[in-house]
Amino acid sequence: MDSLQIWTFVIVGLTFALYVGIAIWSRAATTKEFYVADGGVSPLANGMATAADWMSAASFISMAGLISFMGYDGGVYLMGWTGGYVLLALLLAPYLRKFGQFTVPDFIGERYSTGRRFGKVNVARLVAIVCAVFVSFTYVVGQMKGVGVAFSRFLEVPFEWGVVMGIGIVFFYAVLGGMKGITYTQVAQYCVLMFAYLVPAIFISIQITGNPIPQLGLVGDFKAEGVSLLSKLNQLNVELGFSEYTSGNKSTIDVFFITAALMLGTAGLPHVIVRFFTVPRVRDARKSAGYALVFIALLYTTAPAVAAFARANLLDTVSNKEYASFPDWFGNWEDSDLLAWTDKNGDGKVQYLPGDAFVEKDDAGNKKGNKPLFVENARGQSGERSTSNPSDGANELYVDRDIMVLANPEIAELPDWVIALVVAGGLAAALSTAAGLLLVISTSISHDLLKKTFMPNITDKKELLYARIAAGVAVVCAGIAGLNPPGFVAEVVAFAFGLAASSFFPAILLGIFDKRTNMQGAIVGMVVGILFTASYIVYFKMANPELNSPENWLFGISPEGIGTIGMLLNLVLTLVISRLTPAPPADIQELIENIRIPRKG
Amino acid sequence: MSKHDLKKYWRTNITYVLSLLAIWFFVSFGLGILGRMFWWAQQGSIYVFVILIFVYVFLMNRLDKKYEVNEE
Repeated sequence: MDSLQIWTFVIVGLTFALYVGIAIWSRAATTKEFYVADGGVSPLANGMATAADWMSAASFISMAGLISFMGYDGGVYLMGWTGGYVLLALLLAPYLRKFGQFTVPDFIGERYSTGRRFGKVNVARLVAIVCAVFVSFTYVVGQMKGVGVAFSRFLEVPFEWGVVMGIGIVFFYAVLGGMKGITYTQVAQYCVLMFAYLVPAIFISIQITGNPIPQLGLVGDFKAEGVSLLSKLNQLNVELGFSEYTSGNKSTIDVFFITAALMLGTAGLPHVIVRFFTVPRVRDARKSAGYALVFIALLYTTAPAVAAFARANLLDTVSNKEYASFPDWFGNWEDSDLLAWTDKNGDGKVQYLPGDAFVEKDDAGNKKGNKPLFVENARGQSGERSTSNPSDGANELYVDRDIMVLANPEIAELPDWVIALVVAGGLAAALSTAAGLLLVISTSISHDLLKKTFMPNITDKKELLYARIAAGVAVVCAGIAGLNPPGFVAEVVAFAFGLAASSFFPAILLGIFDKRTNMQGAIVGMVVGILFTASYIVYFKMANPELNSPENWLFGISPEGIGTIGMLLNLVLTLVISRLTPAPPADIQELIENIRIPRKG
Repeated sequence: MSKHDLKKYWRTNITYVLSLLAIWFFVSFGLGILGRMFWWAQQGSIYVFVILIFVYVFLMNRLDKKYEVNEE
């Protein structure tokens, strides 16, 4: 075992021990502790927990790399995944806290009940349960897969064992501690992941721009040549035939709608909303949303800087240079399959150009991917790993987007323990998000489906037991699905936002701000919104992927951005149908007036 | 709180929310997307988002006190 592996085992082991310790310390004894941590979390702790809940393995590992390749277009993720918190803080969180129950289906169910709470099945609540479970489950499977990948890549345990270890640890603290355990482990996980993100970012910023603050480095100079970093990037990109870094490729309308879908989805995701049920007061919910965004912004303003540094460094180090002269990290990541080079024109230099360097084909000869296939133990002319599937294009280099974060510590020549820290950070990001999502699923089953719908007479103790069983079953199901992700999951994860935007956001918003909105309007709105969005996504991403291009899209809006249209459809239908049907009963009107003020004056 | 006060409290709240959301829209969808300004799309709008939430917290705490609906 080399020094890096020892460090990785030690640091990952220590952080896991910390999470387990917190879980034992914070076991839940009542359903209120299990569902909302007894409503006693401080706004600051809740802000950190929300940030960890929110930032998944994708934010931590993949986002900077994605932005690095997308340039300006990467702004959709940056604005989309932060701007939603403004909507949450101003439109939803304080009122849901005042409402003061346990779940999102609770709110939908009560607000849109027909008057008879029990006995008759509450349709609005059922629709909300289905939407919450569907959105959360598609999201959590991706996280479990991320845990497996992180383990297998760095600890050299098989992928399956990585997932099993992930299941084990989440099972332990989610089942034992519920929301209380999850909250305090998420606080610890936030500290781990943020520290792990910032250390390499600061060093690479010093290396590339001379400025230790990455956010300032981004608008600073490219140290090697004394010109501004962004103009240097534009120049490098254009010289090689890519579009300008600061201009991007996507149409303005598509950028607009994708950003809106991500923002509205953020505000509608149940695992984020429930976090605001855990603070003591309405004013804490408002403040807590502010803290959450501060903690998220710390990573989200660093990511575009890391993206630009990594891009400049990559182009400057490898483009048109001889393979033999490359630094060691290139070879290391080639060994991990994340980089590949094939010398198509035989000049010994890397030509990095637009287009895929490699092409994977299915049995019928159709293109199905762009990853390189390596030939075992074979080396080419310059010492590079041999590959068997070069494409016809002139581009010779394959770069996996995850490498932009993973390789940073090595590029900045940082010691092994920093690399180990990045692994622990990636795991913290995946585990914290998975735990938050699993809690939503288990709560939907034990609280909304059993207690509030089918078994209203069970005791608190019984309900807590069912909550634990549901959490356990959900963890295991997510793990099994993570081991064999059904084809649709990888596609759907990124669309959870569109689905959340088109189902929950209007139902909650109008539930608070429009007294006239009734059950009929809300149910039709939610069902049509989520069905429309899901069908559009299925049509272009699964049924007819060959048609997935701007000229076939509705108004030029990609499946990523269609949630915005679904949301608008939901909103308009809810408003119109509510006005064609009877107004909500008097007790509901009173409920709305009640949630609009923090305390009766 | 009287019906009249509740209406006034709610109307002021809506004014605050709409004004802040106008700024939210201007920096992100306006400058960042329609204006295609790189720094606003990748940095500036995020800083403004943070400020907007804290301004809202301040305004609402003051409003709650004025109408005596603030919590302990």
